[in-house]
Amino acid sequence: MAGCITTKHLSASFGDIHAIEDVSVEIMANKVTAIIGPSGCGKSTFLRCLNRMHELVPGARVTGEVSWDGRNIYAPEMDATLVRRGIGMVFQKPNPFPLMSIEDNVSAGLRLAGGRMRKAKVAEIVERSLRLSALWDEVKNKLHKPGGSLSGGQQQRLCIARALAVEPDIILMDEPCSALDPASTQKIEDTMEKLKKDYTIVIVTHNMQQAARVSDMTGFMLSTEMGEPGRMIEFGLTNKIFTMPDRKETENYITGRFG
Amino acid sequence: MNLNLNRDPGEEVRAADPEPETAAATEPSAVEAAPDDALTAPREPEQEPQERGALGRDGELRRHSELHRRSRIIRSDLAHILCALSTLIAMIPLVLILFYVIYQGAGALNLDFITQLPKPVGEPGGGMGNAIVGSLMLMGIAAVIGLPVGVLAGTFLAEFRSPRLSWFVRLLADILSGVPSIIVGVFVYTLLVLTFKQFSALAGGLALGILMLPTVARTTEEMLRMVPDSLREASLALGIPRWRTIISVIIKTAGGGIMTGVMLAIARIAGETAPLLFTALNSRTWPTGIDKPVASLPVQIYQYAISPFDAWHQQAWAGSLVLVLMVLILSVGSKLYFGRKMQRAR
Repeated sequence: MAGCITTKHLSASFGDIHAIEDVSVEIMANKVTAIIGPSGCGKSTFLRCLNRMHELVPGARVTGEVSWDGRNIYAPEMDATLVRRGIGMVFQKPNPFPLMSIEDNVSAGLRLAGGRMRKAKVAEIVERSLRLSALWDEVKNKLHKPGGSLSGGQQQRLCIARALAVEPDIILMDEPCSALDPASTQKIEDTMEKLKKDYTIVIVTHNMQQAARVSDMTGFMLSTEMGEPGRMIEFGLTNKIFTMPDRKETENYITGRFG
Repeated sequence: MNLNLNRDPGEEVRAADPEPETAAATEPSAVEAAPDDALTAPREPEQEPQERGALGRDGELRRHSELHRRSRIIRSDLAHILCALSTLIAMIPLVLILFYVIYQGAGALNLDFITQLPKPVGEPGGGMGNAIVGSLMLMGIAAVIGLPVGVLAGTFLAEFRSPRLSWFVRLLADILSGVPSIIVGVFVYTLLVLTFKQFSALAGGLALGILMLPTVARTTEEMLRMVPDSLREASLALGIPRWRTIISVIIKTAGGGIMTGVMLAIARIAGETAPLLFTALNSRTWPTGIDKPVASLPVQIYQYAISPFDAWHQQAWAGSLVLVLMVLILSVGSKLYFGRKMQRAR
């Protein structure tokens, strides 16, 4: 089920701002890949290029290649909505649909993007997704309550369930825990551990401990100067990056000398 | 705290006397100082032995902040009273109009008035039943024309950001909302009435629909802009197509606000008289179709009010009361109903 993503000489900009330059990495299936780096180094832009969310920003441009299981997602015949259905995304701030119930939030992608589906089938997927995101036990008795009535951590897990319900291959997470307390963070990290059996996960985080805890592979991005585009300085096994990085910049960053 | 008590109170006042002048400038720091004080107060006894100097400064700060506090309270109260007074003044005409209309109109208002046709001069009784139905009909036609066009135009302005075209459309909407309603009436008169040689409810409804267009379009735009971008992204990231995102997520989320705007626009046009004189004209019978002239409350009120007969003046007042009630129910009702929905959306 899980897929892999390969980028080749990926560069992205919006307006006059050149956000990332020449990023070439291989993101492996069934692994958690963490992208770390100081603020403004283009981590989020890189992530948003992987499922064509970047192009929603006015004046956005992408060059280079991103292939998902060998298919270039920026090929003219590729449909952006299909790409996003296969490569889901969880955002920094929990963003459930405020007028929809918990149940409808989870099934939103199925109902609004897919074709018709039997009610029982939808209910089944809703339950499975909520179980996967470890939210089921907390909400099973109030599925019709609005999604906004949950706590921040629960809302984020609801958003993960919502992303899972459309059955993507890959899940991109853009600092999913930065707005959450440690207990909720713990739950989401546990969920990620469980998910990587069936999914490929790419997580952007500015929390190095989190990257070290959850990821198998780590990429370190850095923009050398203000206004310079971010580049992938080093990419490899998490163990290696955190114990004996090849590059001086990586070492400086993970030992807390800057950033 | 103790140091403060030991000081001569007279000195305190004298020392702080020049302060009120600068109160405005230092206000933010005073605001910060107050809660800080409150926080450190319980801990003070422990610190006393080592930090006498710091405590002295602390006491002075407290003295100043107390004075600032008093002047702030006075200024805040003044502003409060001014605002309340202005609100009251603004509400006087509203209340006067309401009470006067009720006072004058309630006497002639009865079941016959809302169910009967007008009677000829001299005959007692009769009502404005046809005008009430006619008004509702005109509002309905106006809504059917103005609502979809207005909502779609607003959606275009908010969601499809092509700067130059949007700027132009927005300018047009603003100009249109400034066009006197009688001009719109004359426009529809030339367009429909002269062409078909027939005054009609359709022409009246079209004129009113054009009048509500800019309001509906701009309200829709504003409400859609209030929907946070994070919801657009959430929806698109699920692979939901753009058109579906706009309809099922964005417009739905903003729906309460849009409907409130639409209802207010309808309430606004319910009282329009001038454009109807050229378009729907008037009629003394029940409406027979949208291609025929139709009576309406504002026009009926206008004609009865300028007549020389006392009985008709009475009826005009009763008609005014019905019109005011209709508008009130529409605007207050929609605010209550959709306002609650809107609250949930946030």
